[in-house]
Amino acid sequence: MGTSRWGRSLRTPLGACAAALLAVMALIAILAPVLWTGTANAFDTSAILRGPSPAHWAGTNNLGQDVFYQVLVATRLTAALALAATAIGVGTGLLLGTAPLVLGRRAGRVITAVVNIAVAFPALLLALFFAVIFGVGARGALLAIGFASAPTFARLTRTLSASVAGLDYIAAARIAGVGRVRLLTRHVLPNIGETLIVNATIAAGDALLAFAGLSFLGLGVQAPSYDWGKLLYDGLNGIYVHPVAALAPGIAVILAGLAFNLFGEAMARALGVPELAGGAIVRAARAGRGTRAGRGTRRAGAGASPGSAPSTTLPSTTLPSTAPPFSPTEPDDCVLSVRDLQVSFPGGVHPVRGVSLTLRRGEAVGVVGESGSGKSLTALAIARLLEPPAAITADQVRLLGHDLLLSPGDGVERHFLGTSLGMVFQDPMTSFNPVRHVGGQLAEVATQHQGMTRRQAAARAVDRLRAVRIPSPERRYRQFPHELSGGMRQRAMIGMAVMGSPALVIADEPTTALDVTVQREVLRLLKSQQAAEDLALLFISHDITVVGQVCDRVLVMYAGRIVESLPSAALAASARHPYTRALLAAVPSMETDREQPLAVVPGRPADPADVRPGCAFAPRCAFADDQCRDADPVLTSAGDGHQVACWHPQASPVPITLVSGAATPAATADARETT
Amino acid sequence: MSELRFEGATVWFGSRRHGHLAADHVDLVVPSGAVVGLVGESGSGKSTLARAAVGLAPLTAGRVLVGGQPVPRHGRRPVQMVFQDPFASLDPRMTVGESVAEAIPRGFPGGRASRRAEASRLGLLVGLPDGVVDSYPARLSGGQRQRVALARALAGRPEVIIADEITSALDVSTQGAVLNVVRDLQRELRLSMLFISHNLAVVRYVCDVVAVMRAGRIVECGPAEQVLAAPGHEYTRELLAAVPRPGSVLTAED
Amino acid sequence: MALPPGGATPRTPRAMSPAALPETGGDGTAPERSASGGGLDSLIAAAASPWSRFAARRLGQLLISVLILVTASFLMIHLVPGDPVRAALGLDASQGVVNARRAALGLNDPLWLQYVHYLRNLLTGKMGDSITSGLPVAQTIGQRLPATLELAGCAFAVAIAVAVPLGLTMGVVTRGGRRRGAELSFTAVAVVLGAIPGFLLAFGLIDVFSVQLGWTPVALQGGFSSYVLPVLSLAIGPSVILARILRLEVLAALQADYVRTARAKRLPSARLYLGHVLPNALTATITVCGLLLAGLVAGTVLIENVFAWPGLGQTMVVSIISKDYPVVQGIVLVYGTGVLLVNLVVDVTLALLDPRSTIRES
Repeated sequence: MGTSRWGRSLRTPLGACAAALLAVMALIAILAPVLWTGTANAFDTSAILRGPSPAHWAGTNNLGQDVFYQVLVATRLTAALALAATAIGVGTGLLLGTAPLVLGRRAGRVITAVVNIAVAFPALLLALFFAVIFGVGARGALLAIGFASAPTFARLTRTLSASVAGLDYIAAARIAGVGRVRLLTRHVLPNIGETLIVNATIAAGDALLAFAGLSFLGLGVQAPSYDWGKLLYDGLNGIYVHPVAALAPGIAVILAGLAFNLFGEAMARALGVPELAGGAIVRAARAGRGTRAGRGTRRAGAGASPGSAPSTTLPSTTLPSTAPPFSPTEPDDCVLSVRDLQVSFPGGVHPVRGVSLTLRRGEAVGVVGESGSGKSLTALAIARLLEPPAAITADQVRLLGHDLLLSPGDGVERHFLGTSLGMVFQDPMTSFNPVRHVGGQLAEVATQHQGMTRRQAAARAVDRLRAVRIPSPERRYRQFPHELSGGMRQRAMIGMAVMGSPALVIADEPTTALDVTVQREVLRLLKSQQAAEDLALLFISHDITVVGQVCDRVLVMYAGRIVESLPSAALAASARHPYTRALLAAVPSMETDREQPLAVVPGRPADPADVRPGCAFAPRCAFADDQCRDADPVLTSAGDGHQVACWHPQASPVPITLVSGAATPAATADARETT
Repeated sequence: MSELRFEGATVWFGSRRHGHLAADHVDLVVPSGAVVGLVGESGSGKSTLARAAVGLAPLTAGRVLVGGQPVPRHGRRPVQMVFQDPFASLDPRMTVGESVAEAIPRGFPGGRASRRAEASRLGLLVGLPDGVVDSYPARLSGGQRQRVALARALAGRPEVIIADEITSALDVSTQGAVLNVVRDLQRELRLSMLFISHNLAVVRYVCDVVAVMRAGRIVECGPAEQVLAAPGHEYTRELLAAVPRPGSVLTAED
Repeated sequence: MALPPGGATPRTPRAMSPAALPETGGDGTAPERSASGGGLDSLIAAAASPWSRFAARRLGQLLISVLILVTASFLMIHLVPGDPVRAALGLDASQGVVNARRAALGLNDPLWLQYVHYLRNLLTGKMGDSITSGLPVAQTIGQRLPATLELAGCAFAVAIAVAVPLGLTMGVVTRGGRRRGAELSFTAVAVVLGAIPGFLLAFGLIDVFSVQLGWTPVALQGGFSSYVLPVLSLAIGPSVILARILRLEVLAALQADYVRTARAKRLPSARLYLGHVLPNALTATITVCGLLLAGLVAGTVLIENVFAWPGLGQTMVVSIISKDYPVVQGIVLVYGTGVLLVNLVVDVTLALLDPRSTIRES
């Protein structure tokens, strides 16, 4: 996998240019001293301090030497010095940066502390300090610049290796008895190597510029040898009378510095640091994955992102619309009506493929599905919170009769959405702005959309905080989000959602990041707010049990489609889609038979970048036949308020035990607790 | 397999004056061949206890014994661990086979080939498809990665295995498969296992004994049926009541 | 001063044990740790407030850094190979003169005694005399420092004034991979400008604005127009670097959950970007700002030499070449102290601005 990733940096125009420049420089460095040393050093007393001419392309210096050939010949010394200084800096930095891992805690802390102090000093100051000690001249400058760049590299190595050393695979290797040195060479260095190489390349460019700077100050290479910096120094002394002599070495310095910098830059991009094109998509597609609070499940390393797998394009046949035969007339109390909603990303990624749903006033509808099912994207698309490159199309998205598709996005529209639609997100820790007070974040809804003064808005916010049962709301109003517990933050988030007395609240995995006891309180609060304000609630979750508890109706999503829609009460008794049934059976409950293995869904969840024709669940389905693999079933009615998209809907009840009366031991516990 | 015993295990994080107590005089026994479930909410100290057992978190007081011997702080530990995050627990630059083989003790007879064969054997044991041993973790699903982590733990010839929230980062449809593997392995190999989870239903399915942890302390411990059917501690009852149950309807607060 | 929890078994305040935990319903606030003892405990509690702890630790850090800096500048003269006085006075000076100067500088004393003298002199504001001119070093620095500070201060202000609006605007318009063209040209210009060393840029500017257009003086400190080119050549590099970093921070903030929340509240763009995105992005760049400011101070050395600016940097280079070590020592101390002060300001600003107070607690 390695070579192709590195090769990618050469395939961008930027990377190719930089690489070509570096190659030319290397070639000149090797050949020029052999070919032109004589030409460059020859004195021509008849042509002193001349401008550019056909004989001397870059003019001559005060001894009549040809500046152009001098620049060419000086390439070797310049490059050698820059690379040697980089080697000194990188080597020393690596030693200092990895020492804490090898030497253990105490010695490591001392080294880290010293490096932390040294790194605050600009490299030029350090270089000047070392130049005093090592003396004026090429050797002194080399050591000075080398050691001056060491702290930065040590800090970088330390930071990178510490972040890798904290990962579980290092812990696992330690437990397995792998020694410190092998840990470093086998696990840590390979995983930070790419970043180090990229930074070393950029550091080489910096070293080259630093030599030019020191030579310009007269502290670098001394006559009779010369590098670009020395040529610059000579040329710059006469810049006001004869600027061209400085021009050629100046251009050489800038070009070479740029080449190193740009090449580093191109490598960094090719190896996948931040703003990679696919990053946002992967993040959006994974937003619904349940991660528990306090221990983020981050992907390790650049190579470990499963979402970055090459995406195949969609089959050429356009996706058949699976809009169910909903009656075109909407109920009078319809709050939200969505028809054939589709979301796509560039590159043929199609995570939502035709979702239709309606919500009435006071109704709670749950959308359940696994990561990659498109449930969170559906919610964000309805709320108009998806930004390009996501593309949204739909036959209809209407909120309280307003067509959101045709919305002008002006102030009126903003006020309407700001007061009619409330949102609750998954992680209450990250969903509040960390540097602003909780209360102000609630109050700004009222000042922006309801024309309230700051004082009125503050009163309203305190009232809402009280309504979501936050104790001493006046005090909490003035606190920062991190000063509230997780459950309280999510309550405040619900309070924020109902600031404008909305008709619809969309809750996207609102309890996934919370502990079970807190989850129950937050769910109850959501239900009580829904009842008190007669809200329509669109509840997104990966947990079918929770959805069944909270919602009147359940929509099961798989691979961007609703595969089944049924009343919550009918879930266990009459779920008909094999996927819904698998979801119900695969999750152990407090009543699962311990002697039986759990039901298993083979394969892995569908990849929105790789949607095949036919039913998306077919590859994992025990009942799939050729029909399933050829044609995608549409959502059709299967009884009272029940729709299913399946060629082979199952009829028998799902074999799971339900809570029924006070017979089960757990219910006894429940009863005891309430008394 | 032998027993894992925590005796007054105490872990204090941070400086002396401004730290906090992550585990507070914990006494807990994982009997030989039994699966003990450790439940509790985030921050209760479950994972700290696990890390203390393998020497990743320093004990401030007390001790952790395996088969009567203290767990060494260096070298191969008699306790092996499977971690929560399937995406952080495998080195992306090593093939699955290399990762597993690395954990095989040094004294293993034969050369590279026999270590490789052993890694393949362990891969099959945890239900990995053929040929996966030669691929890099990036190509594996979350469930497959957790199986690899299990195989690696077994490769270390452990006396005890600690599973720390091994299914909480997985999708529900893959969680069941991993739990089945754990269950089968336990039955075949009579593993002693400390199974840590915040999910009571999962713990109930896998474990013989359940210990409930809160704020660094074990508040209740006993046979699974007994603790879950007739909880003795207020907090256990609260936890049990909060577990969502299929078919029940949540009513708004009064 | 206090009784820390004993070595092996830390004392556990009873209030922390679960048995004594008041039932908070799962998500209540953690109970305050009660100061159960008498006056001593409340004293500890007062000393343990995050702010005083932060101040104490940061002050200790500063003291250690200053000590290291002073030691480094003291050792500098002893690390130079050969006899520094002979090097400074040249081979022509007679041995008698060299010996007399050595004695005057105290170089014949044992090292520790020299160190003690050095520290004592520093505490009384004495930095010795220049070998070449014989003038007190402190006096020279006092004359030269203001010009350098003015230059660095102006350049920093310009860099911030350019970088913040530029970085924010570029971040907003290129979010989510939009306007690839704008992003590429911004990055290209920024990389090129960032890669040109300030002193070369200075010559380019001189050539255009002073020599060809005659708008600004070629060199020397004078009225407003004499500041334009030195400040620009010093500020352009750091400002494009800062703008690039700020753009990345803005992009990161735009991806953050709290910005999605703010968008869900349908706030107007100005409020969204200035009220929610910018504060977080700026907080994230304060450390970089500190490094850039320190770098600017160092950059003055080169720029002063280009413009014959009568600051510390010029004096330093002259002193290094003429091996006037007392002056070099003094100037190294001043630059180093400046860097340490910048760091202190950065840390305090971060602690003030970032309510999550990670810096106060870590």
